[in-house]
Amino acid sequence: MTVLVLLDHEAGAIRQASRSAVTAALTLGDVHALVTGDASVAAAAAKIPGVAQVLHATDAGSAHDLAEPLAALIAALAGDYSHVVAASGATAKNVLPRAAALLDVQPIPDVVSILDADSFVRPIYAGSALATVKSSDAKKVLTVRAAHFDPAPAEGGNAAVRDVTAPEAPVLSEFVSIERSKSERPELDSARIVVSGGRGMQNEENFKLLNPLADRLGAAIGASRAAVDAGFVPNDYQVGQTGKIVAPELYIAVGISGAIQHLAGMKDSKVIVAINKDPEAPIFQVADYGLVADLFEALPQIEAALDSAE
Amino acid sequence: MKVLVPVKRVVDHNVKIRVKSDGSGVDVANVKMSMNPFDEISVEEALRLKEAGVASEVIVVSIGPAKVEDVLRTALAMGADRAILVETEDKTEPLAVAKILKGVAEAERPGLIIAGKQAIDDDSNQTGQMLSALLGWPQATFASKLEIAEGAAIVTREVDGGLQVIGVTLPAVVTTDLRLNSPRYASLPNIMKAKKKPLERKTPADFGVDTTPRLKVLKTEEPEVRKAGIKVKSVAELVEKLKTHAGLI
Repeated sequence: MTVLVLLDHEAGAIRQASRSAVTAALTLGDVHALVTGDASVAAAAAKIPGVAQVLHATDAGSAHDLAEPLAALIAALAGDYSHVVAASGATAKNVLPRAAALLDVQPIPDVVSILDADSFVRPIYAGSALATVKSSDAKKVLTVRAAHFDPAPAEGGNAAVRDVTAPEAPVLSEFVSIERSKSERPELDSARIVVSGGRGMQNEENFKLLNPLADRLGAAIGASRAAVDAGFVPNDYQVGQTGKIVAPELYIAVGISGAIQHLAGMKDSKVIVAINKDPEAPIFQVADYGLVADLFEALPQIEAALDSAE
Repeated sequence: MKVLVPVKRVVDHNVKIRVKSDGSGVDVANVKMSMNPFDEISVEEALRLKEAGVASEVIVVSIGPAKVEDVLRTALAMGADRAILVETEDKTEPLAVAKILKGVAEAERPGLIIAGKQAIDDDSNQTGQMLSALLGWPQATFASKLEIAEGAAIVTREVDGGLQVIGVTLPAVVTTDLRLNSPRYASLPNIMKAKKKPLERKTPADFGVDTTPRLKVLKTEEPEVRKAGIKVKSVAELVEKLKTHAGLI
């Protein structure tokens, strides 16, 4: 069996989450990778060990990952493949269901475990239950949760690159602009450590108090929905059922109560630390280490403790 | 232009669900049900388009057992003009739902379909994309801002790492994200009025759709429960634990 994996990229590099999708796909068969973007992206994809061939989508619509041409391309290519796989991210969630409908296939989202070629485990109800499903479709279209598969290395492979273009079709959509949140920190969904703030941070200015700790730990910064809704940070910081799903080695929740919707996005983290002044906050039920304290006193103390320990 | 809004009746987002002990599924008997939160946002956006004179009529549609009439009445009480209930006892997957909605769209010919980005029960995030594919329409998913101008929609989308703006020709399918708006509450007089608004009943067979699931659920189980943690007494102890015990920092 050969599997087609849609790889997502950022600034010319293949995203770590997509390299996790390669690992997942390799359990199903040989892997061909589909990439958009310029030639450097295709070259980066060709270096991932395990990728046997790179298909490089070169037309204008594909350049901005517009759903209509990209889904049409995937549907056109799918004939040669048993499975179409991608990491669960904004691009894949946008494009893969569209491609699946064109193929008359019911896609399987957010797979956390692959049992065999037809059977998969996926969370439902904000991660409160795990469903094992068996697909009767001839072709399987799935997205995988990157946190549950180790990323394939970025270097070491040497695959051939072949150009592909979407089938001719009326242009239905156009790219206007993109506004990227600027950040020097690691990407939220692949960071080893995540420091997240919630409503308890009180305002945008105070939220920045998390920066020194995150910088020191090399951590990404996340947020609860309350913090995003209140305008402390942009939307793409949101961790939870409707934001990003993360599973870092260490997740530090600061001033986050721990609503079901937030836990859905981080409860697979290896070690969870909660800092909250309310001893009854639900976050303490999932925290490995909980500290009942005022975060405004605790944060500087943590930095001081890290300083003195060095 | 008509706006069509699909809404789903789901377990209320505040309910902590239980998995049935025989692994056959989630126990949804006797739990509070309500309109999927993203669908409330969709209804709200459609109503705002009507209030702005862009939309002429807002039609809500739901698929499921007779009880889904509740959420349709809620949408009517918010201000939707009429409702369509596609009645079925079958569990419908997004592909089947998209096919039924395609049938509804072909009958109603809306200029715009506004759906939620995902339902909080199956967490699929697929129906809007699949519906637009089946109709051959463009899609604008995860919308946090929507403007309609001369046969096109300009939509700001929440993507990984920022906000993307795209333009799509109408008719189109838009799926709503949390930040698009704050849905209104239905007032008591409007809830009373909603009882008299038209509600048409259909079945999947009316649209020639076979709802047989493509995915067979082999079992449903509780996720592994995290081992109980400890409460540390001081910052010093916390840092010490993370350093020595967990070896993380």
